[in-house]
Amino acid sequence: MLRHPVLILVAQRIALGILLLLAVSALIFAGTQLLPGDVAQAILGQSATPTALANLRAQLGLDDPAYIRYFNWLWGILHGDLGTALTNGQDIATSLGKRFGNTIFLAFWAAIIAVPTAIILGLVAARYAGRWPDKLISGITLATISLPEFVVGYIAMYFLAVKWRLFPSVSMVFDGMSVGERLHAIALPILVLVLVVLAHMMRMTRAAILNVMQSAYIETAELKGLRPANIIVRHAFPNAIAPVVNVVMLNLAYLVVGVVVVEVVFVYPGMGQYLVDHVAKRDVPVVQACGLIFAAVYIGLNILADVISILANPRLRHPK
Amino acid sequence: MAETVLEIRGLKIEATTYPPGEPPVDIVIVEDISLSLEKGKVMGLIGESGAGKSTIGLSAMAYGRGGVRITGGEVLLNGRDILKSGARGLRGLRGREVTYVAQSAAAAFNPAKKLMEQVIEATLKHGLCSRSEAEARAVALFGKLGLPDPERIGNRYPHQVSGGQLQRVMTAMALCPEPSLVIFDEPTTALDVTTQIDVLAAIKDAIHATGVAALYITHDLAVVAQVSDEIRVLRGGQTVEHGTTREIIEAPRQDYTRALVSVRSIEHQPKPPADPVLAADGISARYRGTRFDVLSEVSVDIAAGHTLAIVGESGSGKSTLARVITGLLPPHSGEIRFNGRALRPSLPERSKTDLRELQMIYQMADVAMNPRQTVGTIIGRPLEFYFGLKGEARRKRVQDLLDQIEMGKGYIDRYPAELSGGQKQRVCIARALAADPSVIICDEVTSALDPLVADGILKLLLDLQAQQGVSYLFITHDLATVKAIADSIAVMYRGRVVRYGTKDQVLAPPFDDYTDLLLSSVPEMKLGWLENVIANRKMESAGN
Repeated sequence: MLRHPVLILVAQRIALGILLLLAVSALIFAGTQLLPGDVAQAILGQSATPTALANLRAQLGLDDPAYIRYFNWLWGILHGDLGTALTNGQDIATSLGKRFGNTIFLAFWAAIIAVPTAIILGLVAARYAGRWPDKLISGITLATISLPEFVVGYIAMYFLAVKWRLFPSVSMVFDGMSVGERLHAIALPILVLVLVVLAHMMRMTRAAILNVMQSAYIETAELKGLRPANIIVRHAFPNAIAPVVNVVMLNLAYLVVGVVVVEVVFVYPGMGQYLVDHVAKRDVPVVQACGLIFAAVYIGLNILADVISILANPRLRHPK
Repeated sequence: MAETVLEIRGLKIEATTYPPGEPPVDIVIVEDISLSLEKGKVMGLIGESGAGKSTIGLSAMAYGRGGVRITGGEVLLNGRDILKSGARGLRGLRGREVTYVAQSAAAAFNPAKKLMEQVIEATLKHGLCSRSEAEARAVALFGKLGLPDPERIGNRYPHQVSGGQLQRVMTAMALCPEPSLVIFDEPTTALDVTTQIDVLAAIKDAIHATGVAALYITHDLAVVAQVSDEIRVLRGGQTVEHGTTREIIEAPRQDYTRALVSVRSIEHQPKPPADPVLAADGISARYRGTRFDVLSEVSVDIAAGHTLAIVGESGSGKSTLARVITGLLPPHSGEIRFNGRALRPSLPERSKTDLRELQMIYQMADVAMNPRQTVGTIIGRPLEFYFGLKGEARRKRVQDLLDQIEMGKGYIDRYPAELSGGQKQRVCIARALAADPSVIICDEVTSALDPLVADGILKLLLDLQAQQGVSYLFITHDLATVKAIADSIAVMYRGRVVRYGTKDQVLAPPFDDYTDLLLSSVPEMKLGWLENVIANRKMESAGN
């Protein structure tokens, strides 16, 4: 049944993604080994006796050769065991799980708003290319992407939380909140994230559409008497999906992986804050686990982009 | 008096060009064109590239490509001046009263949509009938245009049907809204001759069956002579001559028209036999990762100072043979011999002398030259590379070569963008000659040129051959070119040589089926040629 070229291509992409993830895991492991300092020393402090240090090292398995430790770590991850945090002895998977859920919740709602808005704005900009709606859209989105996120964050906080008191300035979420309450709590981080990722996707949509608009089949559509908006939506957009999807996925990955600053600004209990806290404490297992999850999200979304691009290509979907 | 569908009065069309470093200039593309077309009639617009024929054709839809503006005159469609319609009014008549068939159907169809969707789109958009009625209309048109499986071909995507079929689907798309005028813009130019003849016949039948008026735009007078009732010859945006098809073909009044009618009148004498300089012996080749031979057991040779023409339609393997001979694609069996000595199969293994002896000229002269180099640098490069010529000596040799290709002193410091299409191809010829080769491989070198310019290039190639004794391997799909310059001919079909010999042998009966089909498909400048050929073929297939 694996004869259809699309299935073969998709299988190839997924296999490549898994391979890539393995390589990244090795890189993360090697990278954290290169960090200066010793975990045992960090835990026990400066006054630790050599014996205590040696005991702790043996207990943590730090005396084994690096590759043994790597495979032990990898084996654990494949069984859902991300290890225990050195600083507080908690199971990483448990504490990370909740944080990851929060991050995904924020990213999901930001994406739900940002992706359609960006694409519609891109289509409108392409429709009025070079005229005032295009310039207005480009100007505003460029301004929001040019400002650092924490600046946008504090501006939003000043007006929407402090002055007009519409939304809370601190995005506290806890168990037992309804979805509506949660959404109200994270309205400001959503807004900031949307503004940050909008420009990139909108400009790519605009550029991809304008590129397709040079094609002969667009002239055919014009000579059929179709309306410009119809031409863009029905004839240009289906052929511009591949480049747009790739940029959309990069931005979705950013919403998960790159939200550290926004989470810190709004004190949102997501993965970014968790990572920052533990980097400061030199908690290597946590850093490794976070790194691997971020890498998996990134690679996974890019595979998804590849697969959608493949599916969007009629030549691959319907071979001769 | 029949009903007038289209009337153009005093049409003037302008465009703005942006020469680098200078202020924009408005140029007149079309001036003072007036014509009128009656219901059910076909008018041929003929001219070289730049004659303004497509621009005039599109003006009948009040459409200007890329910054082209209609600045004067009237375009009356069914009695209304469409230039005054406004954007909304134009959308109402485009795709309804007047439709368009583009040169490259492959590019003119949206690759992401099924054919049926696109064929009935205009009909539905203008609310002419219901979806099921429109589909029924389309299927009927598919059948009328001789498409295979008319019921289901609409479910396919553009890349799933052949070029000739796509061109017919495009014609169906234009006829589906039952317009009063169809503009055919070079609808068969991109097709092989064997495909062209069927598409041409299908278009002609469909025009007559529906009684639509048509503007038929082409650079090929022999083609337009088959389909049109009257012909208008254009040059530089102005009418040179117009009249009925019979008048233009049989009694042209203007010199320019006479030149177009008598194009390809080159004759050359048969040459005495000579020893082969280059031989392909049992060549079989395939592209990497494929399992079928693009070339199978091809054996041809070229005598010193002679021209071997390789003829065939697209996909027949003729350009692949050139790649094998030059070493770009090593064959998996067979060998290439040069002066009796076997050449290494792949390019990097060949000696500098072997490389020098085989030169190549390509179809697209403008992409075969570096746009940032002057003519002097382009032609001087092989002189330096092969002969170590530098400075004044090189410049002098470049000038000699420019004289040989009949281009004067002024060109040595020009850039390719400043040259016309024919001049660019001449520079490519000079670059090939600069290496002083024994064999030049010419890959469709005249296909992209207008007929009169192509004639000049062919004459130049023949003169150079007479002076220098260089041999040509001439790859083309155009049999008229072959007749003009070949000494021997190899007809290729699906990677095999199906007929091979001297020109007189190959072009004399009895023919094999494929050569017969190929020869009989070349349009002739005769009224009624198309009907005769189609009738003959029908009789033959009935007889079989």
